Amino acid sequence: MRDVSFGQYYPVSSPVHRLDPRTKLLASIIYIVTLFFINTFTGFGIMALFLLIVVLLSRVPIGKVLRSVKAVLFLLIFTLIISFFFYRGSPENLIWEWGVIHLYWDGLWSSLKLCIRLLLLVMGPALLTLTTTPVDLTNGLESLLKPLALIRLPVHTLAMIMSMALRLIPTLMEETDKIISAQKARCAEFESGNIFKRAKAMLPVLIPLFVSSFRRADELADAMDSRCYRGAKGRTRMKVLKMRVGDWLSLLFMAALLTAMLFLRYNYFDWAFIAFLR
Amino acid sequence: MNLVEFQNVSFAYNKGYASETQALDGVSFSVGEGEFVALVGHNGSGKSTVARLMNGLLEPTDGNVVIDGMETTDRQKLFDIRKTVGVVFQNPDNQMVASIIEDDVAFGPENIGLDPTEIRERVDWALECVGMSEHKKGTPFRLSGGQKQRIAIAGILALKPRVIVLDESTAMLDPVGREEIMNVVEKLNKEEKITVVMITHFMEEALRADRMIVLSGGKVLMDGGRELFERADELTAAGLDLPVAGDVAERLRKDGVDLKAGITEPDELVEALCQLKSRT
Repeated sequence: MRDVSFGQYYPVSSPVHRLDPRTKLLASIIYIVTLFFINTFTGFGIMALFLLIVVLLSRVPIGKVLRSVKAVLFLLIFTLIISFFFYRGSPENLIWEWGVIHLYWDGLWSSLKLCIRLLLLVMGPALLTLTTTPVDLTNGLESLLKPLALIRLPVHTLAMIMSMALRLIPTLMEETDKIISAQKARCAEFESGNIFKRAKAMLPVLIPLFVSSFRRADELADAMDSRCYRGAKGRTRMKVLKMRVGDWLSLLFMAALLTAMLFLRYNYFDWAFIAFLR
Repeated sequence: MNLVEFQNVSFAYNKGYASETQALDGVSFSVGEGEFVALVGHNGSGKSTVARLMNGLLEPTDGNVVIDGMETTDRQKLFDIRKTVGVVFQNPDNQMVASIIEDDVAFGPENIGLDPTEIRERVDWALECVGMSEHKKGTPFRLSGGQKQRIAIAGILALKPRVIVLDESTAMLDPVGREEIMNVVEKLNKEEKITVVMITHFMEEALRADRMIVLSGGKVLMDGGRELFERADELTAAGLDLPVAGDVAERLRKDGVDLKAGITEPDELVEALCQLKSRT
């Protein structure tokens, strides 16, 4: 069993890995927002190139990043087909027509763009999780959401719940394995029968797992109390997140990228070269 | 003044319900600074309840638990009490709060609001004390039970408590892991001068303490030093197993072999038997 608590983190040392998790979170958000403003192939090309450079910098194998697309592959193909088949364009762009099905050239382009956008949308955040441990992500998220504590959102509690969940995943998986083995030893069948039979066979696994989780939670709470835990009150951190020059530069670059893409889309000053790029 | 003081303490679970069970019944004892006390008892003797009473996880239904002059019923003092008394529990898996060892050890010091450099120092020191420094960046999941429990001890140690209570912390471990824990605990008591209250049902472990308190049916049955092992019959009656050498000696004595009472160590038994042989 691999360490699930590390998620899909790819442990190498790189400039991207070393960035503050907050920078990476913010950069991902800007990246996603930027993608929604882009509607030209030139724009997508620039973003793809940017992503490629970041991937190369991160020293994560490109295959790993591409693999993240696998989960949405079906959605991608489905979107492509549906939006292509149901696009209503102008008659001069018609490619092919049969009964109720009309295919248009501009329909093809727009569905292709949609797909590229989806692809880039998936791969960017995948890179975030490949280069940041879940623990760092949680810490970064807590730090970023801190202002929300002013409107009485329990930011610390939420972050604690998240890191506790991460911490418990491997333990609970181990426990599940044990229970399955124990039930198998008593002749429980898990691998045969149809899907309903199999789901039903999981019941004697889930119930003990549930019960033991509650007991575990209870003991964990006692252990936390014993170690002077009292929520966010007066709590400090050993690992203080620190924004370095690289972090600020990265964010600055992301902001510049967003601005550039906005100009490419809306051409605020009617610059000729932008019109040409489009 | 004693560091830990139980004054006629009683405790009942589910007080006032049909399922009410009296766990402790008028228990009094005290532990002084620097002592190494073993608290032994059969299952259901109330020994784990004592651990939970000691840092205010439970409040006594009757009597007082006083830690360094602070009563555990005083909710204002609870934080200070928990800084003074650290409890290590039975299952190491249920005490880990973080996925990285050093983060886990840092949890306590973070809670008491120390500044980052001091936390770092304490974490390094605590891991050094339990001999787990080389694992500090790793995850606890692949470690052995003994190693995990040592990390749990480090987590408490980083709070620099004056008393460490081990609530059956060796019960789930194999003999190797148990030995590791015992060595760490002895070292903490001798070198760091930390008061240790070790709750256990292994008499071999109790032997290594300076003093033994025997609980039975929620009451203190005996309280004293090594001489308690001379009262072998009473110990067995309380549901406790004698150490192997003691058990052998006791059976021999019952069969009429002329051995002195209170033998606990294998060497002691060998010597006694040899003397017996040379006499005949």
